[in-house]
Amino acid sequence: MSLPAIKQVTGKGVYIPGDDIDTDRIIPARFMKCVTFDGLGEFMFYDVRHDPQGNKRKHNLNDPRFAEASIIISGNNFGCGSSREHAPQAIAKAGFKAVIAEGYAEIFFGNSTQLGIPCVAVSAADRAKLAAAVEADPSVEITVDVDKLEVRFGGQSVPCTMREANRDALLSGRWDPISDLIAGAEEVAAVAAKLTYMQ
Amino acid sequence: MAKSLYEKVWDAHAVRQLPNGATQLLIGTHLIHEVTSPQAFGMLRDRGLTVKYPQRTFATVDHIVPTDEAQEPYSDPLADAMIKALRQNCKDFGVTFFDTDTGKQGVVHIVGPEQGITQPGMTIACGDSHTSTHGAFGAIAFGIGTSQVRDVLATQTMAMSKLKVRRINVDGALRKGVRAKDVILHIIMKLGVNGGTGYAYEYAGSVFDAMTMEERMTVCNMSIEGGARCGYVNPDETTFNYLKGRPYCPKGAAWDEAVEKWRGYASDPDCQYDDVVNINAADIEPTVTWGVTPGQAIPISANIPMIADLPEDQKGTAVEALEYMQFNEGESMKGKKIDVVFVGSCTNGRFSDLEEAAGYLKGRKVANGVKAICVPGSQVVSMIAEQKGLHKIFMEAGFEWRGAGCSMCLAMNPDKLVGDQLCASTSNRNFKGRQGSITGRTVLMSPLMAVAAAVTGEISDAREVFGL
Repeated sequence: MSLPAIKQVTGKGVYIPGDDIDTDRIIPARFMKCVTFDGLGEFMFYDVRHDPQGNKRKHNLNDPRFAEASIIISGNNFGCGSSREHAPQAIAKAGFKAVIAEGYAEIFFGNSTQLGIPCVAVSAADRAKLAAAVEADPSVEITVDVDKLEVRFGGQSVPCTMREANRDALLSGRWDPISDLIAGAEEVAAVAAKLTYMQ
Repeated sequence: MAKSLYEKVWDAHAVRQLPNGATQLLIGTHLIHEVTSPQAFGMLRDRGLTVKYPQRTFATVDHIVPTDEAQEPYSDPLADAMIKALRQNCKDFGVTFFDTDTGKQGVVHIVGPEQGITQPGMTIACGDSHTSTHGAFGAIAFGIGTSQVRDVLATQTMAMSKLKVRRINVDGALRKGVRAKDVILHIIMKLGVNGGTGYAYEYAGSVFDAMTMEERMTVCNMSIEGGARCGYVNPDETTFNYLKGRPYCPKGAAWDEAVEKWRGYASDPDCQYDDVVNINAADIEPTVTWGVTPGQAIPISANIPMIADLPEDQKGTAVEALEYMQFNEGESMKGKKIDVVFVGSCTNGRFSDLEEAAGYLKGRKVANGVKAICVPGSQVVSMIAEQKGLHKIFMEAGFEWRGAGCSMCLAMNPDKLVGDQLCASTSNRNFKGRQGSITGRTVLMSPLMAVAAAVTGEISDAREVFGL
């Protein structure tokens, strides 16, 4: 199956403040009692957006000014904790196409790549600049350039980083590797044959 | 060239370089459960794919299982649909399922080792971040997302980039009352919740040499809480003695051959590491968390840090954490009234955890007003504990004795905190809302410390409570 190359993503941003935002926060466990990923979008950051009574809290994700946002901006170690793919699935189904953060937890980062969601890392100072820019003007257009490894917004440009294999996967349209993995079946059998426990 | 265990296992399982630059890695053992697998089976059906090596995939049900309700259909129709979906998927695709009626069901990271499925030198993946647990056996074991569960089901491989290896030496003797849980909480406290990003952790030194397998599992389990996708201990006699005679382990001559092979996977003494960290065992105290990440922890004798004393990049989360936890900077964790005690989980739900807890509970009572539950990590743990009468000790002390499952570690089942209850928990995550109430508060600790909290009704130093 051929996939589109993801060279850059352009859209409006929303800032979700905080470091160590875990995947329980992105999608609370009670919403994972399901056998498909359908409908997860409405539960993205549910408890961040709602108080215990279900009323909407004051948060950028509830602010109509950021309703059109398709790029998440956040702090360090974004997506830590549980390996649940429900987290990037919820993000994608809520209409987000890229994440800009100071850093990512390993599993979330890989899961996102495999769904075609680029997660680029920027410095704390540049994250602050981006957050300030979207707070000041929610309509500012942000481009996450995976190819040039830069984030452009409102006439500014800041560098970003991404693990090379994941970047290549996005740029070459091979972010979902299933076809390539299947193509290696003979070599897989050869490696398996050398492992006693695989017999 | 001298190699680490990580490199040896990687090399033995690396199939080829993929066009995107990642490695196609053979996953020898695939563990699945009801939460992260149904969508993967759905993807297989959509594409007309089968499970390539069904004999290397093992399933159990843990997250959604009610621990106080054995009969199906479960009261929660969503949970009931999930267990039935897994049962059907295993049947349709020929996968072994440790179902609730087998006597072998339990938390997936407890079932794998106790059945002897987890062995040294393997690559092990599971759609669950605590798959790092299996590293205790000298396996490279890590959590994966559901699309990767699909990849492993369909091809027995996945795309992976090689990690760096950090050796963490803990040498010396542990002090009285200091347990494996304290060792890993201490490591995370020192290296940070993202300190391990990009690394595999190799745990070594005299403390790990002396640990039982169950203790090693407790440490490896929480590697992911330190950001390390996997963590391992080199296999040794302790490992082999634990595995010998387990159902899925080789027997007879094949056993001797396997042990020789397993021995060879251990890191070479002169291999190079990307980083080395040395920790003095004597510096580790019984440790508890005060915040909303496992790294926001302190020795029980210390006070919650003053915000001003924290590094700049930790201040924001600390302020947020204290507000959520309703604690103040500079105060002691000792004396904080608790509402709930949870003994269980893939971190501390094994037999030795329950045995220790029962040992200190015997002849004591859970404090008034405290709800205490003990949840064996598997049906096997439960059976052994009951044979030895541990359930009676727990119940006489005022604990509820439950069936096997993940229970209140993540509350995808009826076991949940209510409101802003404070829970002394032997689990692995103190995230906001983790235990099922969006204002619920979790303090992570060892089973020994949890039992001290249970009998005093407040966060306590077990050394003082039990005169250690």
